[in-house]
Amino acid sequence: MSAQTLYDKLWNSHVVQQDADGTALIYIDRQLVHEVTSPQAFEGLKLAHRKPWRTASMLATPDHNVPTTNRSGGIADPISRLQVETLDANCAEFGVVEFKMNDIRQGIVHVIGPEQGATLPGMTVVCGDSHTSTHGAFAALAHGIGTSEVEHVMATQCLVAKKSKAMLVKVEGALGHGVTAKDIALAVVGKIGTAGGTGYAIEFGGSAIRALSMEGRMTLCNMAIEAGARAGMVAADETTFTYIKGRPFAPQGENWDKAVAYWKTLHSDASAAFDAVVELDAATIRPQVTWGTSPEMVTSIDGRVPDPVSAPDAVKRGDWERALAYMGLTANTPISEIQIDKVFIGSCTNGRIEDMRAAAAVAKGKKIATNVKLAMVVPGSGLVKAQAEKEGLDKIFIEAGFEWRDPGCSMCLAMNDDRLEPGERCAATSNRNFEGRQGQGGRTHLVSPEMAAAAAIAGHFVDVSKL
Amino acid sequence: MRKFTLLDGLVVPLDRANVDTDAIIPKQFLKSIKRSGFGPNAFDEWRYLDHGEPGMDNSKRSPNPDFVLNQPRYQGAQVLLARENFGCGSSREHAPWALEDYGFRVIIAPSFADIFFNNCFKNGLLPIKLDADKVDALFNAVEANNGYKLKVDLEQQTITLPDGTVYKFDVDAHRKHCLLNGLDDIGLTLQHVDDIKAFEEKHRAAQPWLYA
Repeated sequence: MSAQTLYDKLWNSHVVQQDADGTALIYIDRQLVHEVTSPQAFEGLKLAHRKPWRTASMLATPDHNVPTTNRSGGIADPISRLQVETLDANCAEFGVVEFKMNDIRQGIVHVIGPEQGATLPGMTVVCGDSHTSTHGAFAALAHGIGTSEVEHVMATQCLVAKKSKAMLVKVEGALGHGVTAKDIALAVVGKIGTAGGTGYAIEFGGSAIRALSMEGRMTLCNMAIEAGARAGMVAADETTFTYIKGRPFAPQGENWDKAVAYWKTLHSDASAAFDAVVELDAATIRPQVTWGTSPEMVTSIDGRVPDPVSAPDAVKRGDWERALAYMGLTANTPISEIQIDKVFIGSCTNGRIEDMRAAAAVAKGKKIATNVKLAMVVPGSGLVKAQAEKEGLDKIFIEAGFEWRDPGCSMCLAMNDDRLEPGERCAATSNRNFEGRQGQGGRTHLVSPEMAAAAAIAGHFVDVSKL
Repeated sequence: MRKFTLLDGLVVPLDRANVDTDAIIPKQFLKSIKRSGFGPNAFDEWRYLDHGEPGMDNSKRSPNPDFVLNQPRYQGAQVLLARENFGCGSSREHAPWALEDYGFRVIIAPSFADIFFNNCFKNGLLPIKLDADKVDALFNAVEANNGYKLKVDLEQQTITLPDGTVYKFDVDAHRKHCLLNGLDDIGLTLQHVDDIKAFEEKHRAAQPWLYA
């Protein structure tokens, strides 16, 4: 057999049936479920008198709507409450394992899957959420799907799909001090654009990627969708196996050895061909900050807000002008002079223990700036929260003036009460700076956890590589 | 799913790139557990001057007169003309639900985000990719001519302009078949039950830990 990419291997090992035009049925090993994109799918099953094909492949948790304070009092918003109760009822009716809102294992679906060992190398993973690409960090083929597809996978254990093209994003060298996986992700989106990966599955490779922890790889794959690629992935290696071993859903005993033997094959063959290759030099990546309303509108902490006059074409110029007006920014302003009102540390991009540790290390012994109205830290899961508290990180944050919250998606998309008011400017560790994303009229700047914590302390963006 | 065969529809131009699904249907409306009723809140933040929440009477809200969908000449539009990377971001199927409920049947753009593109076909909406120069020409034509309509024929895979010019477009065979016949995928896939079971047995033998 000719040399294969990791994507080829994952795809080929899941094809159930394929038509002449390339449309295939792909078998799905794991479906993660949350409250927002599943109710209509469960309803569809019921209306058609169907049952899920394999409930053991499903794992559910409420994350988008859950409050991050006073959780014992339940959900105040009746519409949000109904959506979460609907998930609870559907999971009970169909026998789906669910970590409910007050279970310590509850959290953001893309944090808990890996944390539980429910995401494994070689798997196909889907969820009605675009950030499902996160799970590709485990050498899995993972991507977001719509609700019709959620229902389709429930009913048939398969997805109708056509194979994407393969892109290799190769990052060689060592990252500088204070530069993180988030900065690689933003630099990649800045380089290829938010549509640069459309039609592709991206594999991240090179020495800088191999040096990343699993948390870092998840941050990177999480944002593959921000570059337009449904799936991002990283080859499996010892870092992967070490992370998985001993987790509740991970293989045990004899199965563990068999699994690891198979997982060791989950990398692109040395001579495998990609449809596109993008190369970055890790040493030149600087801490990134977005300035606009699309993740591709990004520069480094050394940069300035761009001038629309220098945009490459008329459509882009219009987009930049609109973005600057929405963001309340003037062309040529140094990024380090942008003052912020709020700080959000959390999300499926940066809500893991390593992110908490990195932000706490910057905040330790400091106080948030007087112009910062609210700085909140939202752990990605109940277990991340417990671990952080065991390490005393909660105290560091609270002493510095941050709020320490309960786990959920929170102000990444502001479906619960955590949101920006019109005109407020936020340093956020999440993944999208779209208009209105964190609240109508809110202004989002995407950064790493270190950069967000440093901005909270200074009241404006600062270069963490110099701290 | 509603069939799509032929359409002779009024075109509205939405002249910005990278329109994301958060803009198409803001998050507060995603709290619904239904598939229908999202049309009045399509593009909510651009379309109204006030802040929208679920359960509001949208007919009593103040429309933003500057937003293109609110202009009298585009009322009743069924074809949305858009720029590159339309539908990027969140996988929310509420976006095509909102566009379909608003009355759109066709979206024409130089490129679409993958998940959105895929979701459209599940909901009787036809997304058509056309070369950027053709899309540019259509933007100019729509703005210059009141009541500008396009004829879209899925069977023939053609768009016919008012001056008789015909543009061919690509659509993959499976999606075309489903859309022309109003077929949902689940029924079609379940015709392969034996294949799925056979695959599962083989897969279980090779990777037993997935089934432990």
